[in-house]
Amino acid sequence: MNDAAPLILIIEDDAPIRRVLHSALAAEGFRLVEAETMQRGLIEAGSHKPDLIILDLGLPDGNGVEFLRSLRAWSAMPVIVLSARTLENDKIDALDAGADDYLTKPFGAGELLARVRAQLRRHHRVAEQAVVAFGDVQVDLVCRQVLRGDEPVALTPVEYRLLTVLLRHAGKVLTHRQLLQEVWGPGHVDRSHYVRLYVGYLRRKLEADPARPAHLVTETGVGYRFVL
Amino acid sequence: MSDSRPDPDQLLARLQDEAARAARGKLKIFFGASAGVGKTYGMLAAARVQREQGVDVVVGVVETHGRAETEASLAGFEQLPRKAHEYRGRTLTEFDLDGALARKPALILVDELAHTNVAGSRHPKRWQDVEELLAAGIDVYTTVNVQHLDSLNDVVGGITGIRVRETVPDRVFDLADSVVLIDLPPDELLQRLREGKVYLPDQAEQAIQRFFRKGNLLALRELALRRTADRVDGDMLQYRREQSVSSVWQTRDSQLVCIGPGTEGERLVRRAARQAAQLDAPWHAVYVETPALQRLGAERRKAILAALKLASDMGAETAVLADADPVQAVARYAREHNLARLLVGASASGSWAFWRASFATRLARHAPDLDVVQAARDDAAAQPSALSLSEPGQRFAAWHAPASAWLASVAACAVAAAVGGLLHPLVELTNIGMLFLLAVVLVGVRYGRGPAVLAAFLGVAAFDFLFVSPKFSFAVSDAQYLVTFAVMLSVGLITGQLTAGLKYQARVATHREARMRALYEMSRELSGALLPEQIAEICARFVGQTLDARPALLLADDADRLRSPLYGHAGGQGSPNVTDGPMVDMGIAQWAFDHGEPAGAGTDTLPAAPLLYQPLRAPMNVRGVLALEFKDPRRLLAPEQRRLLDTFSSLVAIALERVHYVQVAQDTTVQMESEQLRNSLLAALSHDLRTPLTALVGEADVLANALTATPTNAARGTHPPDTKLRDTARAIRDQAMRLGALVNNLLDMARLQAGQVQLNLQWQPLEEVVGSALTLAAPLLGTRTVTVDLPPELPFLEFDAILMERVFYNLFENAGKYTPPGSRIALSARVAGERMEIRVADDGPGLPRGREEAVFEKFTRGARETPVSGVGLGLAICRAIVEAHHGRIRAENRAEGGVCFVITLPLGTPPAMDPEGEPLRALPGDDAP
Repeated sequence: MNDAAPLILIIEDDAPIRRVLHSALAAEGFRLVEAETMQRGLIEAGSHKPDLIILDLGLPDGNGVEFLRSLRAWSAMPVIVLSARTLENDKIDALDAGADDYLTKPFGAGELLARVRAQLRRHHRVAEQAVVAFGDVQVDLVCRQVLRGDEPVALTPVEYRLLTVLLRHAGKVLTHRQLLQEVWGPGHVDRSHYVRLYVGYLRRKLEADPARPAHLVTETGVGYRFVL
Repeated sequence: MSDSRPDPDQLLARLQDEAARAARGKLKIFFGASAGVGKTYGMLAAARVQREQGVDVVVGVVETHGRAETEASLAGFEQLPRKAHEYRGRTLTEFDLDGALARKPALILVDELAHTNVAGSRHPKRWQDVEELLAAGIDVYTTVNVQHLDSLNDVVGGITGIRVRETVPDRVFDLADSVVLIDLPPDELLQRLREGKVYLPDQAEQAIQRFFRKGNLLALRELALRRTADRVDGDMLQYRREQSVSSVWQTRDSQLVCIGPGTEGERLVRRAARQAAQLDAPWHAVYVETPALQRLGAERRKAILAALKLASDMGAETAVLADADPVQAVARYAREHNLARLLVGASASGSWAFWRASFATRLARHAPDLDVVQAARDDAAAQPSALSLSEPGQRFAAWHAPASAWLASVAACAVAAAVGGLLHPLVELTNIGMLFLLAVVLVGVRYGRGPAVLAAFLGVAAFDFLFVSPKFSFAVSDAQYLVTFAVMLSVGLITGQLTAGLKYQARVATHREARMRALYEMSRELSGALLPEQIAEICARFVGQTLDARPALLLADDADRLRSPLYGHAGGQGSPNVTDGPMVDMGIAQWAFDHGEPAGAGTDTLPAAPLLYQPLRAPMNVRGVLALEFKDPRRLLAPEQRRLLDTFSSLVAIALERVHYVQVAQDTTVQMESEQLRNSLLAALSHDLRTPLTALVGEADVLANALTATPTNAARGTHPPDTKLRDTARAIRDQAMRLGALVNNLLDMARLQAGQVQLNLQWQPLEEVVGSALTLAAPLLGTRTVTVDLPPELPFLEFDAILMERVFYNLFENAGKYTPPGSRIALSARVAGERMEIRVADDGPGLPRGREEAVFEKFTRGARETPVSGVGLGLAICRAIVEAHHGRIRAENRAEGGVCFVITLPLGTPPAMDPEGEPLRALPGDDAP
């Protein structure tokens, strides 16, 4: 283990899960700090300044949303939340409160590592590139031009705005609410069908197979994630 | 300035009026002076114009009377078949109201508004059918002649000498949205008549000759024109009110019509209604029931109540006042209700009651502040009894007394005579006369006027015979005893009169008090009732005591269908007894319930039914129907009886509503508790099962990774990779994942089974969930190919994304399990009517024949013994989810092999899709970015 290796804070009350997280992450050379309660987690986060936090939503001394609100007051470090499958609203609340990604129990070690790496990568990507490329599409954020292959793609202002928001947060799960707020403004947060409609348009214009999107991925019941 | 502003109350009234009208159909009346002016023809012509504009027009009933020109204009219209009624062995056809309601056209033609329906129809009159059509939102065209208007009926009768029985209340005419006057000059009408173009009912030739005289026709035409003008005037008034053109509003000329015991009541009522309509003023009708009138014959009483009912139908407030003095009662009522004009019947001159002033005169004298109008007498109706409000009957009735009273009267005189005989030697003759006077007074006080008068006569006779000289002879020697006789006689009469009045007042007071007490007691008991059965029992007791009727209480179930009656039974006699209750017609009861209006005996709806069906209206809802069988159906007509019944039924309704909500509150509490319990149980179970599973999967993964040859492992110098051990670790992981899926299935099923799943309904495209389900199921499908055919123009559906994703995932998982590798799976969707149909088809082996339905059952699988693992919950979950979305799912074997799962979901009404006014396109756009 070296000092350059990223430091991960695990906040989880169940010992077996903590153990799995520990063995999976330690095997990949991450440095780890563990906390069993939310209070402890906040203290560890403040003192160790980890590069990433893995947070279980079912903590005995409070819910993850409170933790995220306190954390986001002073830090933008990536947070991955763990939750049970049926509790969609908890996930959405956590994402709205500032979580970056989520994992549903039970999950495999491979999935966990992939998510952790993606978040670390995303966070370390320093400058915004002027041109973003995915699949056969190139988006020139300066000239506001979208090319598919060599052909320019015609996007309406709303579609373009939606695309840039998704690109800016590539890799992060964005809830319907967050997208509505950023693209349409705060007055429209209850109209999730707007987002769905326009994501559909974007898929038809940019995805190879709109029915099986490779980049504009649906997080069912939660929102969307842009995968580069 | 401010005076040009409309009165807010009027404005509100108008708004409510408009709101009520908006939902109702529109009524257009084609109005004519007499038969033959061409109303039906005019109506059909107007209807044809509507039909040509694409309006859905249906002919409900049109009488062509075989006239060629009418029949010709009827051609091309859809005609509603008539309904056949069996009536006394004959089959009569009638307008089919239910058929019309079921057909629900935009516009229906119903000829002859005044027509009386065949006995056994729902309503006695066709105009009531029309009201129901209007209430159902259907526009109606209809025709009516001037003579059929209620308030003009007797005027026309007076002019032409022919009275028609079929009448329409003026309010129907006045509330019509438009009235078209079909006018034809009398000469032309007579010409048409001569040419035989006018249909005439089977009437005596002579009557027709009398009716179709030019003078008559002129008068009728004038009436029709005037009535239409009145209506136009009313419309203008309404307009002025709306536009608030005038600031001058006179106080309303409200009037009170006093119905007497005579037969002229109906005429008075019609006249008052006419005046009230002209003045656009409210009016009241009262009848004063004096002690004497209580004993009126059944026929007369019925006529009075019928007059009151007519008044009520024509828009009056009605009341029956109980008082010994009609003058006072009427004056008091008028002052209480701020009615400045009183309309009373005329007294016939030359009555034998010449010494008394007429009722009108007395009323005028008693209440000089009120305008008293005495209606002109109708000679046909004038009878001695039509005199005034009370006298004749009262005079007649006061003589009525039981035989015992007469005997007592005789006995009293005998005692007086005996005592007089004993005292005769001791006292003056005058004082013996006093004894007889005492007897008369006592008899009068005790038994009323008749016996008192008898006592007076007997006393005089006995006094004369026994004591006045010459004794034992009726001859009178001294004329002064004649004064004694006269005094005794008048004392008898006066005492009797007073007593009768007092007794009547006392009886009325007792009666009223008994009713109030019964109501009070009932409401007290009802407030303690906890079960509908208790309410039924209290209700039965009260109805039996106070209304003299047998009740049946019908309560509605959750689907607003009435359940079979909850029979009331006499207090404390054990369980409800079916024979106790009357025979209830559920059809009528349901009608009364659905419409919230009373039906059956004494009402306008199916009055021939033996029972009265009173809906139980509570503040929130109609709670049920109270069916009442009256021993004396005539009591139904009395307004005070109806008011009592109304009060009573609303008390019962409120009690039922209270009981209902108590029950609802209890159920909710229990439901909440059990739901909470179930949810915490499921949450605990899901947590406790998932934690070890997550650990198991993760540990196996870590193990497998450690045993995989990777540069990291090699660098670390761990054990050489052992592929066998690695495969074992992976197998552990896969099995743990499968266990996880099974746990998910079981928990989902438990949740769905409980019926407590909160659907997170959102409008969204099908494409998304299909896509994510495909991604999830990709590892299970292996080499099988899935083609997705979802046209871009498919509308959004409202569903819970997580659950619907589960449906598709389970279907794909199913295909992955039961089709051979390389199979083709096709998913397609299309709109079919008001639903969307989604098909997931494969070309695998298909389902065993006859098992297409069974696969959706829990723990059931297509083939009983298969090497494929699973417990058979997947499709059961699919069905539970789809049904929670009000959809259907079924499986069918395809003709070309394989199985096809068909899901249909309701389309609903998607929300507006126009964010920020962007042009909408279903396909990739062609505008500039």
